[in-house]
Amino acid sequence: MRLGLVIDLDVCVGCHACAIACKEWNASGTTAPLTDYQPYGAEPSGVWFNRIRSYEVGEYPNNKTINFPMSCMHCEDADCVTVCPTGASYKRAEDGIVLVDQNKCMGCNYCSWACPYGARELDRESGTMKKCTLCVDRIYDQQIPMEERQPACVLTCPAHARMFGDLDDPNSAVSSVVRERGGYQLMPELGYNPTNHYLPVRKAKPIPTENLGKPGFKDKIKGIANRIVKR
Amino acid sequence: MHPAFSVIFFTVSSGAGFGLFALLYLTDLFGLSGGLPIEQKLVAGALALVLVAAGLASSMFHLANPKNAWRAFNRFRTSWLSREGVFAMAFYPFAIIYLGLTWLVVPELEVLRLTAGALATLLAWITLFSTGMIYGCLKTIRQWNSPLVPANYLTLGHFTGALLLLAVAGHGSVVLTGYVSLVLALLVVAASLKAIYYFWIAGPGAGPTIKTATGFTRGTVRLLDTGHTHGTFLTQEFGFQVARQFSLVLKAFVFVAGFVMPALILTLGGDVSVAIYAAAVTALLGMVAERWLFFAEARHVINLYHGAQHC
Repeated sequence: MRLGLVIDLDVCVGCHACAIACKEWNASGTTAPLTDYQPYGAEPSGVWFNRIRSYEVGEYPNNKTINFPMSCMHCEDADCVTVCPTGASYKRAEDGIVLVDQNKCMGCNYCSWACPYGARELDRESGTMKKCTLCVDRIYDQQIPMEERQPACVLTCPAHARMFGDLDDPNSAVSSVVRERGGYQLMPELGYNPTNHYLPVRKAKPIPTENLGKPGFKDKIKGIANRIVKR
Repeated sequence: MHPAFSVIFFTVSSGAGFGLFALLYLTDLFGLSGGLPIEQKLVAGALALVLVAAGLASSMFHLANPKNAWRAFNRFRTSWLSREGVFAMAFYPFAIIYLGLTWLVVPELEVLRLTAGALATLLAWITLFSTGMIYGCLKTIRQWNSPLVPANYLTLGHFTGALLLLAVAGHGSVVLTGYVSLVLALLVVAASLKAIYYFWIAGPGAGPTIKTATGFTRGTVRLLDTGHTHGTFLTQEFGFQVARQFSLVLKAFVFVAGFVMPALILTLGGDVSVAIYAAAVTALLGMVAERWLFFAEARHVINLYHGAQHC
């Protein structure tokens, strides 16, 4: 079993809800707390397991904004585990989830150097490295209904851009969608073999910007009004 | 990469210590210029042990949670950081036996003394190699992921160690020509390898780009938003960037202070002890600059996600 996430870049709207839900759940989860520095101060910062960046691909008019959530990829060949000197970083044999034992970590940052995906962040307060746990404290919880046994980020995504499942099982929903949509891994050339996959943006015609026709009477009025009104 | 002073001091100090010990043993074994007097051997050996210990102590300051530092010996089978700690610890007993027997002078135990010294020297070399491999094994940093890195650590450690050995030898009655030659020979090797390294990392190199990092290979990729307002652990740790001009100036300083000045001082000033000290001090300053640059010039691939086109 290789549990992981599949993220649909065609659907993600960049709302950061997954990051917020992750923070909310994990701030009281197994690796809690996720310390915030100056949360109400001049330079707010803190520990997050999930970060969303936005990119522009291509040149106008064939450009597109793509929102790009990133968390731990739970790599098959995870160098973060290999380089850890204390044994705090480990990969579970049963489901492939990569975790940090908070009681063993000495805060040397070496694993974060070895991670190409920026998935590990040091908590200055506890002095330990923290990272996405794939909500290991949720997904096996027998007390909650079956459909809720998923990572917080997946449950909360309003666009359903995140899927969770077993990437080892060729018949699972995540494996199927990776096959059908041509899901890919990030920086495959480094050889980490990440479990998480990303679904590419679907091919779509660019919205035409020429041949829009002459502006009508209404548009002229609007134009005049816009010139008069000071914003 | 953010250049942390604790790690810079650690690698310079321990490197010089291990290099000093290895050369002390070799010059003792082969009796360079008749070998150093016992007092000098002990001073050099003690200096080596202190430098290594100071370095290891300094590395502790790099830890955010030092109470678990003892666990660092746990993953010897996979982690170069763990290996370095284990080998550095293993070095000590043999080095102490060697120095102890050097001090006590027991003719019957001469074989034991030389064997312990040989093992300590071997462990010093392996430890230096391990230190280099801590950085060399990281696929995420192109500037480090090179066999030149452990080679640099080994040669620079021996070069600075040779200077310190010369500085200690200068207080004895021994003829210094051989020791000066040793420094100059190691200087040439260390400087050559460092020059090759600088040449090697100067080019763009083949590695991940913003396109392979994001998977958007059909067009140009530009960062619009990092999703945070005031930096994160990632920007603090990996976002450090040294200005091109400054890095060139500093590289010149590394070569002038680290290699050219010591070479000039030793060839012109010869064996005056003040000159030797000056050479050692300027070389160590050059090494600190070299180590600072080693970290400052390293570009981690996470920077691709923060807008860098390549690393």
